[in-house]
Amino acid sequence: METHFLLVLITAIFVSISASLLGSFVVLKRMSLVGDALSHVALPGLAIGILLHFDPFIGAFIFLFMAITGIWFLKYRTRVPIDALVGIFFTSSLALGVLLIPQQDLLEAMFGDISTITISQSIISIIFSLILLVAILIIYKKLALNMVSDELSHSVGIDNKKLDFVYLFIFAVAVAIGIRFVGALLMGALVIIPAASAKNVSKSLSEFMVWSVVFGVISAISGTYLSYTLNLTPGPLFILSGALIFVLSSVFRWLKFV
Amino acid sequence: MNVLEVKNLNVKIDNDSIIQDVSFNVEQGEVLAIIGPNGAGKTTLFKALLGLLPYNGEIHWAPNMRIGYAPQRLEVEKHIPLTVEEFLKLQPKTITNQKIDEILKFIQLDKKILKMGLGEVSLGQRQRLLIGWTLLGDPDILLFDEPTANVDIYGQESIYKVLAHLQEKLKITVILISHELNVIYQYASKVMCLNHQNICMGKPEEILNDETLHNLYGEPKKFYRHEHQ
Repeated sequence: METHFLLVLITAIFVSISASLLGSFVVLKRMSLVGDALSHVALPGLAIGILLHFDPFIGAFIFLFMAITGIWFLKYRTRVPIDALVGIFFTSSLALGVLLIPQQDLLEAMFGDISTITISQSIISIIFSLILLVAILIIYKKLALNMVSDELSHSVGIDNKKLDFVYLFIFAVAVAIGIRFVGALLMGALVIIPAASAKNVSKSLSEFMVWSVVFGVISAISGTYLSYTLNLTPGPLFILSGALIFVLSSVFRWLKFV
Repeated sequence: MNVLEVKNLNVKIDNDSIIQDVSFNVEQGEVLAIIGPNGAGKTTLFKALLGLLPYNGEIHWAPNMRIGYAPQRLEVEKHIPLTVEEFLKLQPKTITNQKIDEILKFIQLDKKILKMGLGEVSLGQRQRLLIGWTLLGDPDILLFDEPTANVDIYGQESIYKVLAHLQEKLKITVILISHELNVIYQYASKVMCLNHQNICMGKPEEILNDETLHNLYGEPKKFYRHEHQ
């Protein structure tokens, strides 16, 4: 029990580090809602994995990959406003996923469960988290400049379209590995809440990224700990811990500006 | 030596022909001012030059030109978590603190501004920071899109001081979109009148007279010279 708790805890920490660091850019890009809806696309992918007996997370990743390619294509090849389409299309895929997933697996797919994680699953999650972390740190300056002004970033030779695709790809991988923890329904929150809290207390980009990760890690630790002591599913506890931090950070911000 | 050659440039946006058959050259060290009424295609021309918009015709930059571009304005959220210093360091190459100090002197801003949020500084300051940002990239040519739009009169004055300084000290080639005819008279070496087409082109003293301005703006626009010291 003790070693398993540690395994879950360490994996949760790594996954939330990469998710919350990514989240700081999702929030800066004002893509919170798109990102949240996007994560729902994983659900039919999980369903197909469960039904056809292969790793559901591979199914989730394939569906996410198709979704980000679709978003990217809509953004650069058409003049269709993407917000509404994303909302409609991705929420429908959530509905489809709910219908497809066998009843007994539905709760886990929607809200996640890491208490059953094996060592090999844990190692894979940690490796992918580290890859994401490195990838984000390599491109963060370009991402930040692109967010301030895509014209400025273009003028210094950054390929905005390619950068956007890399960013969306990182998003897809982060959601696929995070889904085991908090499920398809809550994944968006795992990415966004720590960053939204960090924005309340940060003035600089470096503070923002650090606080986002710190808040993500605190949520992961407290969520895992509470789930063990209260014997409840960890996913919702991660999110609620994160939400509590958000409330506290908002109070901090409010006090600062009064 | 020409650093930029544009031949028969045509740009369409949603089937509207914004730039029609425009040709011009820019020589090294020149300050070319582009004037024209609102909606004449000035910003569109810049975007085509930068490759931000599809076009027909030819745009040839001299090889290995580093282009600095300062857009009309930088829209940032007031509470964006990004300090001025971090913004300046978003240039792809490594920017030393010493280099930042030099640039701040150049754009006449105090070092204290570095720790402020990019969204908190005034529009005039942000505009100067934008100029500073482009200078940090060591550009061979600068494209300025109405550097003083949305800036109050005192801010305008200091931005043009910076531009003049730029020209004297660094001898950088500049293409400038502006409505400030006096400023153009003082700083530009060549003026292009754009109203979808290249209507006239020449030295400021040849171009800036009542007749060409009337043709360009479609209404009498008196030009009074007043000399800056």
